[in-house]
Amino acid sequence: MLVTNLTILVLAGFVGFAVISKVPNTLHTPLMSGTNAIHGIVVLGGLLLIGFSGNGPLNKALLVIAIMFGTINVVGGFLVTDRMLEMFKRKPAPPPPSSPSPESSPDGPPSPPAGDGDQTRKP
Amino acid sequence: MTPPLASFLQDANFIHVLYIVSFALFIYGMSGLTGPGTAVRGNRIAAAGMAIAVAATLLTRGIGNWGLIALGLALGAAIGIPAARQVRMTAMPQMVALFNGVGGGAAALVSWVEFRDTGGFAHAIGSHAGEPTYVAVFSLFAAIVGSVSFWGSNIAFGKLQEILPGRPITLGRPQQLVNFALFAAAIALAVAIVAGSHAQILIIGALVAAALLGNFVVLPIGGADMPVVISLLNAFTGLATAATGVALNNPALIVAGMIVGASGSILTALMAEAMNRSIPNIVAGGFGGGGVTQGAVGAGEHEGTVRSTSAADAAIQLAYARQVIVVPGYGMAVAQAQHAVRELTKALEARGVNVEFAIHPVAGRMPGHMNVLLAEADVPYEQLKEMDEINPEFPRTDVSLVIGANDVTNPAANTNPDSPIYGMPILHVNESQSIIVLKRSMNPGFAGIENELYYDPKTAMLFGDAKASVDAITNALADL
Repeated sequence: MLVTNLTILVLAGFVGFAVISKVPNTLHTPLMSGTNAIHGIVVLGGLLLIGFSGNGPLNKALLVIAIMFGTINVVGGFLVTDRMLEMFKRKPAPPPPSSPSPESSPDGPPSPPAGDGDQTRKP
Repeated sequence: MTPPLASFLQDANFIHVLYIVSFALFIYGMSGLTGPGTAVRGNRIAAAGMAIAVAATLLTRGIGNWGLIALGLALGAAIGIPAARQVRMTAMPQMVALFNGVGGGAAALVSWVEFRDTGGFAHAIGSHAGEPTYVAVFSLFAAIVGSVSFWGSNIAFGKLQEILPGRPITLGRPQQLVNFALFAAAIALAVAIVAGSHAQILIIGALVAAALLGNFVVLPIGGADMPVVISLLNAFTGLATAATGVALNNPALIVAGMIVGASGSILTALMAEAMNRSIPNIVAGGFGGGGVTQGAVGAGEHEGTVRSTSAADAAIQLAYARQVIVVPGYGMAVAQAQHAVRELTKALEARGVNVEFAIHPVAGRMPGHMNVLLAEADVPYEQLKEMDEINPEFPRTDVSLVIGANDVTNPAANTNPDSPIYGMPILHVNESQSIIVLKRSMNPGFAGIENELYYDPKTAMLFGDAKASVDAITNALADL
């Protein structure tokens, strides 16, 4: 079990490096807050522990606080990131010739018009 | 008997597959953040991955205590959602610090309860029975790092929110020794637990030592270095999460935690590089503490005088320029001046002036802080130029308009080897034909260093609140 977990650990570290090193400076703040939301997944630890044991009032209290903290981290993190990124999108389709970032996203054509329509629909 | 569907949904392999789906979505979502066009969707994909991970956990067979789970989730949502909705864009760095801190706190609490549940890791629960040593090691790592991250982030929040003074608070010379002693104490207590002591006082001691360490490490760090600190603590929380994942044998936690650990490390290194400082040097702290006195000495040395100007004069200068570069800094964020700046640049563009923005990698209190604010004010993405791209433009620029930026424009970084910021890459504002600096007063910036740019004969200072000054210039332009 340990060996499997360590394998996942090391490989995930390299994936993280590979994915993140392509992000342009401009998006560093949203990136920081987006990854920040992702580590809130530690809330799962709280859920599993309270779900399977959670004996005694102190354990229960600690785990409820842990779940609360984790949820704040996840929900707050994703919402804040979404708000920030919305601001980058609202503008009319920016042609990206001057953009220093490698625009080629994995899903091919950067088609902001369609995406923009989607986003503005949201309140 | 459980119905077939329920038994399928609760199958351990099915839940494992859901975890795999969720971390695949994290990775895919994060790779969307490489461009502004795909970033919103990327973030939402990652959020969907998180929802799946939580759902998978709740499906796990035999889970109980539903009332308390609902209570924790509801409390978290009730606090997190309004905070995230209402926070102003300028307060974003401290918000991220706070969210980061609670994540670290959660990791530390989970480890503590694990310790209590297993009688000090005497015999770990569930599938870990028989191999408790590594569970203990990873769990204690998460406890210590999570605790450092929680307290460190809270201090960072306090400093950025100006609850605590932004200047370094330090014990002086013994600081390093105290920090090292606390670090050693936390490690020693953890080793004692792994070696077989089960007294709860040991893990509480380790958590407290780590908490003090978190406080003492961040307190001496000046406000200007906070972006680096937040990024570093973000990486810490990521690693704590990954360690919790190993201890609980949960792949989603491991992958998510490592992605954050890796990205946080990259960001921290990039920022440290942009400031020409090493990470140990930043963490050692006290930067700016010496700078204040040096700044005072520097002020006395300056022969030149400061020339101040009026909004009307600045407007005339800008109106007849061909090219204007705006250099925003933290002062613009504090004054909430981004919308006013956008109005000004629109007015200038209407007069045929070519306007660009020069964004230093560490302008503001977070990397990309300026970009977020200017994007909020609808400044087109392609007008925002990064440092290397814009620096050759300065000699061709008629007017550089510096709005609340200080250290990132200080030519001393290139010319004065005695300056604390010597060697830091800066924006070459001093090469432009003329410079207008909007600043509240002659007080030095967060780093506490005198800026030679202000004594340059080409420089005119417009004192006052950045937003009021920008509005005044815009009004004066309309009257021309």
